[in-house]
Amino acid sequence: MSAPRSFQEIILRLQTYWGSKGCAVLQPYDMEVGAGTFHPATTLRSLGSRPWAAAYVQPSRRPTDGRYGENPNRLQHYYQYQVLIKPSPPDLQALYLGSLEAIGIDMGLHDIRFVEDDWESPTLGAWGLGWEVWCDGMEVSQFTYFQQVGGHDCKPVSGELTYGLERLAMYVLGVDHVMDMPYNDPDSPIALTYGDVFRQTEQEYSRWNFDQADTDMLLQHFKDAEAECDRILTASPQDKAGRTIVMAHPAYDQCIKASHLFNLMDARGVISVTERQAYIGRVRALAKRCADAFVTTEAGASA
Amino acid sequence: MPDLLLELFSEEIPARMQGRAREDLKKLVTDGLVEAGLTYAAAGVFSTPRRLVLTIEGLMAESPTTREERKGPKADAPEQALAGFLRGIGITDAGPVMALAGQPHGSHIHAGGVVVEVRDDKKGQVLFAKVTKPGRPAADIVAEVVERTIRTFPWPKSMRWGSGQLRWVRPLHSILCLLTTEAGADVVPVTVDHLNAGNTTEGHRFLAPARFAVSGFDDYAAKLKRAFVVLDSAEREAAIWHDATTGAFASGLEVVPDAGLLTEVAGLVEWPVVLMGAIGEEFLGLPPEVLQTSMKEHQKFFSVRNPKTGRIERFITVANRTTADDGATILKGNLKVLSARLSDARFFWENDLRTVANGGLEGMAAGLANVTFHNKLGSQAERITRIAALARELAPLVGADADQAELAARVAKADLQSAMVGEFPELQGLMGSYYARAQGLPDAVADACQQHYSPLGPSDEVPSQPVSVAVALADKLDTLTGFWAIDEKPTGSKDPYALRRAALGVIRLVLGNGLRLPLARFGDDLLAFFHDRLKVFLRDQGVRHDVIDACLAMPGNDDLTLLVKRARALQDFLGTEDGANLLQGFRRANNILTQAEKADGVEYSFGADVKYAETDEERALFAALDGAEAAIAPAMKTEDFGAAMAALAGLRAPIDAFFTAVQVNSDKQVIRRNRLNLLHRIRAACAPVADLSRLGSE
Repeated sequence: MSAPRSFQEIILRLQTYWGSKGCAVLQPYDMEVGAGTFHPATTLRSLGSRPWAAAYVQPSRRPTDGRYGENPNRLQHYYQYQVLIKPSPPDLQALYLGSLEAIGIDMGLHDIRFVEDDWESPTLGAWGLGWEVWCDGMEVSQFTYFQQVGGHDCKPVSGELTYGLERLAMYVLGVDHVMDMPYNDPDSPIALTYGDVFRQTEQEYSRWNFDQADTDMLLQHFKDAEAECDRILTASPQDKAGRTIVMAHPAYDQCIKASHLFNLMDARGVISVTERQAYIGRVRALAKRCADAFVTTEAGASA
Repeated sequence: MPDLLLELFSEEIPARMQGRAREDLKKLVTDGLVEAGLTYAAAGVFSTPRRLVLTIEGLMAESPTTREERKGPKADAPEQALAGFLRGIGITDAGPVMALAGQPHGSHIHAGGVVVEVRDDKKGQVLFAKVTKPGRPAADIVAEVVERTIRTFPWPKSMRWGSGQLRWVRPLHSILCLLTTEAGADVVPVTVDHLNAGNTTEGHRFLAPARFAVSGFDDYAAKLKRAFVVLDSAEREAAIWHDATTGAFASGLEVVPDAGLLTEVAGLVEWPVVLMGAIGEEFLGLPPEVLQTSMKEHQKFFSVRNPKTGRIERFITVANRTTADDGATILKGNLKVLSARLSDARFFWENDLRTVANGGLEGMAAGLANVTFHNKLGSQAERITRIAALARELAPLVGADADQAELAARVAKADLQSAMVGEFPELQGLMGSYYARAQGLPDAVADACQQHYSPLGPSDEVPSQPVSVAVALADKLDTLTGFWAIDEKPTGSKDPYALRRAALGVIRLVLGNGLRLPLARFGDDLLAFFHDRLKVFLRDQGVRHDVIDACLAMPGNDDLTLLVKRARALQDFLGTEDGANLLQGFRRANNILTQAEKADGVEYSFGADVKYAETDEERALFAALDGAEAAIAPAMKTEDFGAAMAALAGLRAPIDAFFTAVQVNSDKQVIRRNRLNLLHRIRAACAPVADLSRLGSE
């Protein structure tokens, strides 16, 4: 397998690889999320017994990680590549290693390790067991067998793979600073680096996240999202025409919003240590109720 | 006798769980076999990241046949009375058994594997059953025990996978289970959910991934080695350590020993390959502890030190494979990750040094005003102000300069706000000492930054530098008085704020430095807590608890140094023959006196007069008491408990002689009163030393 030459080539190869292994190649969720796990294609679809296989890129935001585009490895906006297969196939480790080969990592020269890393998301009420995958001492992916999501046992168990795309690509391409990484092919008529695309936005969002975001407004939006989520889930499952339509996804959108608003308030430094747990608990309560609703729907049912 | 080989092959088992898992596997399987009647000669267990392996040598081929005799009811008992007996031995038809009634002694019938016999007894004819339980083949028993072991294995955390219900630490892929004899190897028919045991396994994930069959343990271990798997973790550890130290030595360097890391790394690889790399020149200025912590925590690297300079200059990483380029790519990758990590560390270090250069440690500490220590006890900054005031106050008691003690307390926790401690919390204190020196603060202050958390446990070293002692004491006393004030005391096993540890810290600081620090000022309840912890501490050191009680009953018991001095002297004293006998004499005197005082309703403490003495023994006791009292008083003034107790020891013979020769309860009231008053003098002589009435009869 030839070496990829750009960030986008790595993404395209992952898409092709997982598509060829039978995953539905989905598009990113159109909301601000902290990680690919928040995409309903993972969070909600890991519930219930219907088989599922999806792969997608998810733009992710972690406001506290902003470094004004100066840090070689840290970004407040970055990309994750996410794979979720339910039930987890017995050869998931081999499938995963195949994906590394697909992006040009020569298994004969590198040292790949599965190092214990238990995953827990207090905001999603979710946990699983698995590993961080190391390539020559570098963490290139998270590999998790979901055990519980939204307070519900996962039956069957989903296998989740998450690749931190920038870090993985920097390693594969041999780049030291993320902003120097070729975004498209360096020989393109208009060659663009990651910095050409994102340096300015990193600066702008870092300033807004840390200094400018209106905290009163954020708090109000948090409360609004919480209230709307509650309202949607409290509504009768029967619509005006008498159809049964449980609105799990619209409710879950509000949960995602609340989670991101919490992250923004956190970056603004207005959440104290004691309040932190309380906010996380409020988001978790929403996530659990959304999960409770989803498992009553066709897509989330257990056989 | 067959040998057993069991391999449970799974996805990667966390390194930290492997040691315990080996022991559990051995115990569960061997206990299960023995319980079922199968004994064995020897058992061994092994683990790699992907397999748990048990081998048992000299297992019995089948469990022994057991014969048991059961006594039943009388032969002529009604059918109802026979029912229970027959059910127990598996007989359904009562007819033939009942027909035994009246038959000659020894008549019997066969039913299945059971013989029922009738015997003449004193009270008539009684039924006996001889039950034979045939032995079972080892394979049947092994299959049961292995299945039960897998289903009940006590992993600290286990999981399900796919659509199955089985739980294991990570997905379990195959079971190899063989019983091997000279005649050959047989697969034991173990079935656990969708898994059926076989005779095959896999080699190294990358170097020899094919499945292969084995015929027994020796064949298994040999084939594994050819397939790039070192089965025994001890062998992997030894190989890693050997290659690491040899490689370092060849470069004139030494590996910093770390047994925990060695075990962990050996649990991450099946085919260890040691690689050594150099740390970039630009990072060598970082404190060695920072390099070591960063490399260990993030990368699981060993540190390699230059013995001449003490600097850490290289690292050792352990790969899980050989490569065509002799590890060059792997080393390059690891170095790159390390450089990124150390760049972060260097950024933190330089940032922190800049903060200190600009505003000193006090400037660094400014942010602690916004950090809540506890919502009822205010911020860290408020706490530091209290500690500083207390450290200043304690300074003269511990021989520290008051200004230095206060300054040290003000800056000792500043590093909690440093970038480096934010990243590596385990470096708290140590970083403070580096930054204090960078700021040009006195060594005593810098050392206090590092040492004021000590002692952290019963075996942690106790600080001895006065400034460190003052701050360490103030820190712990503030914690204790604070949580006492808001009534958050430890209860039972719950001690979320580690207050027992803080109290033990105070105790060890006081005793270790011989401090005279009256603790009563912190309140009776807290003093009682100190006394509780002191009892536990001294009991661990072999001091009898009644000895501690006898000393706790004395005035000045909030001075722990005095208290312990007294207790140790008393314990030594009681260990001597004189001491033990004196205690008997004291008890006798005390009992007689106490009874008399109770009966008479008076206190006999008016002073005995030698002129009423009737016997030589009485007069001798008077003289001995005069001598002892004269010695005890000055000894007590200088807290020389040894001398005081030696003086008491001199009373032993006169007291024994007195009780042998003299009847206290004389008919003459004057004599009796005088003798009781004399007994009072014995009690009074002992009183300043310790409350001997609290001693048990140990």
